Parts: sequence; C-alpha cells; structure tokens
Amino acid sequence: MTLTLWFGVTLASIGVSIIIAILRASLGPTAFDRVLAVNTIGTLVVLSICVYGFFDGRPEFLDIAVLYALINFIGTIAILKFFRHGTLGDHLPPEDKHHG
Amino acid sequence: MVNDMLIFIDIARQIIGIGALLLGSLAIVIGALGLLRLGDVYQRMHGAGIIDTGGAGLVLLGLLLLSPDWTVAVRIALIGGLLIMTSPTATHAIARAARFSGVEPILSTDSKEKEG
Repeated sequence: MTLTLWFGVTLASIGVSIIIAILRASLGPTAFDRVLAVNTIGTLVVLSICVYGFFDGRPEFLDIAVLYALINFIGTIAILKFFRHGTLGDHLPPEDKHHG
Repeated sequence: MVNDMLIFIDIARQIIGIGALLLGSLAIVIGALGLLRLGDVYQRMHGAGIIDTGGAGLVLLGLLLLSPDWTVAVRIALIGGLLIMTSPTATHAIARAARFSGVEPILSTDSKEKEG
C-alpha cells in the first residue's frame, strides 16, 4: 500500500503553498492582502489536517478539520468587522448604510 | 466474473483517487503562486479562489475515493460542503471590505500605455 507516498506528496505541496502564503502575508501592501493570505493559510491547514489524518491512518483528525474550517471562517469575518468598525460589536456607532 | 469486476472497481477507485489527490496538490501550488505574484488584492483573490475550489475540491475528492469506510467518507463530504459554503463567502467579504475602504483595483495594465 504505497498510499502514504501520495499523501506525503500532497502534504509537501500544501507545505510549500503555506510558505508562499506566509510570504504573501508578510509582503502584502494592504491589510486585506494579509487577511486574504491568512484565510488561505486556514484553508490549507484544514486540508493538511485531513491529509495527515489519512497519512497516519487516524480518521479522528477529520473532526478537528471540520472545527478548524468553521473557526477559520469566523475569524476572517471577525477581522473584517474589526477593520470596518474599529470594534467587535460591544458599542457599535449608529453606522450609515453603505460606506464605512 | 463479478469478483473480477469488484477488484477492477477497487483498483480504479484507488487510481482515480490518487490522480485527484495529485491534481489537487498541483492546483494548490498554482493557486499559491497566483496569490504571490498577481497584481493587487482583487487579482490575488483569483489565486485564493483556485486554492479553495480547485485544490481543496480535488484533494477532498481524492480523499473521498481513498477513504476506507463510510464514516470517514461522510466526514470528508461534510468538510467539502463546509468549504464550499464558507470560502467563497469569506473571499466575497474581503473583496467588499477592501472595496468600501477604498482600495482601487488596477483596471488597465499600465505597462501598455504610459499616460494613464
């Protein structure tokens, strides 16, 4: 069963992509480049958890990946809300409809 | 006869799974390169989109085909469903936030006409 070889190849490619995304996160001129890179890193980490679960033959990892996918999304939306309002919602100013 | 068919299906399942896995990892690397080298935030979202749809989709499809039993397959399908719903929404939210906070997209490639 040389499946672990292919899982290793996938893990290596995900690792390279995470390094490239970290490079974009550090270089990114605007803050939204960084948020985008961090969101992509989150998705890549979800994939690496799934593939590592298969690589190691332990299906429990998939539950962790489900949780991580949800938290990653919530984190991205929270960061964006913080950019727009300067706060996460305890005392929101009566903001106008469209423009921040 | 039926036994040969089952064996054939099993081998085909593994081959297609490994193929999908490799194609997915290729798409992930291409998406990451796109994320790195494209012009501005809005173009880089294309790279992030490739990772979210192509890379994640193919890798999870490969894992779905290679999964030993149905409980693992259900969890992989759940993760796939979640990623399909959350990552486009997140990318849209980033684009909207960037647009409203005044990040101007590069509409024309400056290299062609200088006087723009």
